[in-house]
Amino acid sequence: MLPERMIEHQKGRALRRKAIDRWFGRLGFVLTVGTLGVLAVLLLNLAANGLFRIDWHFLTSFPSRRAAEAGVLSAWVGTALLMLVTASLAIPLGVAAGIYLEEYAPKNKWTDFVEINIANLAGVPSILYGLMALSLFVYQFRFGQSILAGGMALACLVLPIVIVSTREALRTIPAMIREAAFALGSTRWQAVWHHLLPYSTGGIATGVILSMSRAIGESSPLITIGALTFIAFLPPPAIVDHAPFVSFEWIFSPFTALPIQMFNWVSRPGEEFQANAAAAGLLLMVITLGMNGAAILLRRHAQRNIKW
Amino acid sequence: MPHPYESSRRLDKAVEWIMVWMLRFGGWASVLVTFGIVITLITESEPFFSKVPFRRLMTDKMWTPLFADPQYGMSALLAGTLVTTGVALLVAIPLGTILAIYLSEFAPVRLREFVKPMLELLSAVPTVVYGYFALLTLTPLLQKIYPDLPQFSMLSAGLIMGIMIIPYVTSLGEDSMRSVPMLLREGAFALGDGKLGVALRVVFPGAFSGLAAAYVLAISRAVGETMIVAIAAGLQPKLTFNPLDSAATVTAFIVQVSLGDLPHGSIGYQSIFAAGAVLFLMTLGFNLAGHALRRRFHRAA
Repeated sequence: MLPERMIEHQKGRALRRKAIDRWFGRLGFVLTVGTLGVLAVLLLNLAANGLFRIDWHFLTSFPSRRAAEAGVLSAWVGTALLMLVTASLAIPLGVAAGIYLEEYAPKNKWTDFVEINIANLAGVPSILYGLMALSLFVYQFRFGQSILAGGMALACLVLPIVIVSTREALRTIPAMIREAAFALGSTRWQAVWHHLLPYSTGGIATGVILSMSRAIGESSPLITIGALTFIAFLPPPAIVDHAPFVSFEWIFSPFTALPIQMFNWVSRPGEEFQANAAAAGLLLMVITLGMNGAAILLRRHAQRNIKW
Repeated sequence: MPHPYESSRRLDKAVEWIMVWMLRFGGWASVLVTFGIVITLITESEPFFSKVPFRRLMTDKMWTPLFADPQYGMSALLAGTLVTTGVALLVAIPLGTILAIYLSEFAPVRLREFVKPMLELLSAVPTVVYGYFALLTLTPLLQKIYPDLPQFSMLSAGLIMGIMIIPYVTSLGEDSMRSVPMLLREGAFALGDGKLGVALRVVFPGAFSGLAAAYVLAISRAVGETMIVAIAAGLQPKLTFNPLDSAATVTAFIVQVSLGDLPHGSIGYQSIFAAGAVLFLMTLGFNLAGHALRRRFHRAA
């Protein structure tokens, strides 16, 4: 082959490679936009079918056999109370476990086991938490099909998320901060409380928000413990007119939740109930995507403001 | 004379001791949850497995443990899980991998920083909403192309499930591709390869165990997914490998039984724990394999 022809040949190959690269770049961009487009389609679809149902009446009415009169009052109250139970269990336990594993735990077989266990727990299907809750909380502990049992199931479910995000937040803090505290004679807990926790609040809060958003959208564990789909009453109030003025009766009350209510409406025939399902879905999407969006912003903010 | 700081030091030590035990308790809580799951699955499904001979689990063609003439063909349940997972992977693995390659090797940094958290939102959507979408939007759409498609189909549920697990593939895959050292890429560029060539011939093999971990964890997610299949794939167990058909998965069966009245210790109660035990073993296998692959990748990188 003559040298010129060789050069031409190589030039042609280089151009072809460039063209292929350009095409792949375009393909990747289109697929990225398309995949994100699913999210937009999902939202628009729910809005188109359900937005007209969302009004004051919808938020303040109990479910009903007549679709047009039905509302999500018991569902959103149930979701709110569930989250109260879930948060008050998962946050302290998860943050404590995160601090322990990151700051205290000795490097040994037991710690390795706990770490593998947490990683694996994060991948256990949510419905299995429901089965555990059904057997342990509902029957063994005799909590019944109550807000307490549901909230505990969801707390177990999101515990790994809180642990992992706490650990990640602590891990980004350089060792010199700890060393400085120890050099001044602080105990490990004092270093954690006065220095490490304040620096990692942003990261931990991000994880907490993500875990709560996950818990709000979960329905399968609640279905397995037997959350009822038709609840036309509210749990007993937490504040009562006789001493000691607070009552915890509500945690033993049967309940429904937004995703359960939506599931119930999806599985009913008839366009009117499907409009209700879309409306409930829209509420769920706004809550969960809003929380996730807040978490993303918070994470970005927390990262930007700290310069070691 | 005692040191002036001694009493406060003693207090600090006491607080430290209390806090260590409280924190340690938090660490134990996660282990307790695992034990809780394992022990309840074993004890509650034990009556089922000791009553039903192993041979029938393998050879029966139908799964109807609640009927008067019960059939215990696990394969009827597993087929549903297998088909929906397969459809989901056909969506998520190619799409997720292409997106990972694009975001890691091609996309401008600012686009990547914008897209990554947006993609995560796809896995944050409540699954009951995905189920709604599959049943009431995607299925009617597919019925226009293929009019014989039943109202409940594994195809529709699987496709949506695939969308849901794309972020698992993309984000883990992209992370592992980006941690492939720049030097390797530069070497290949210096030899005259193009971007896609480098991505496929250098970065992809270099990141393979990370990508494999992403695939395996995505499989585990798809196997354990419940609400999408319960809403859109149907609740009747059926031994079929046709994605255009409707069939219940292991998870959907648990939902279907849980929706009814479920007295403690009844055969229905025992059967969902049996299904749960099988589900746990499957996902545990995938999860452990995924983490082993991931660890191997971190060691290599």
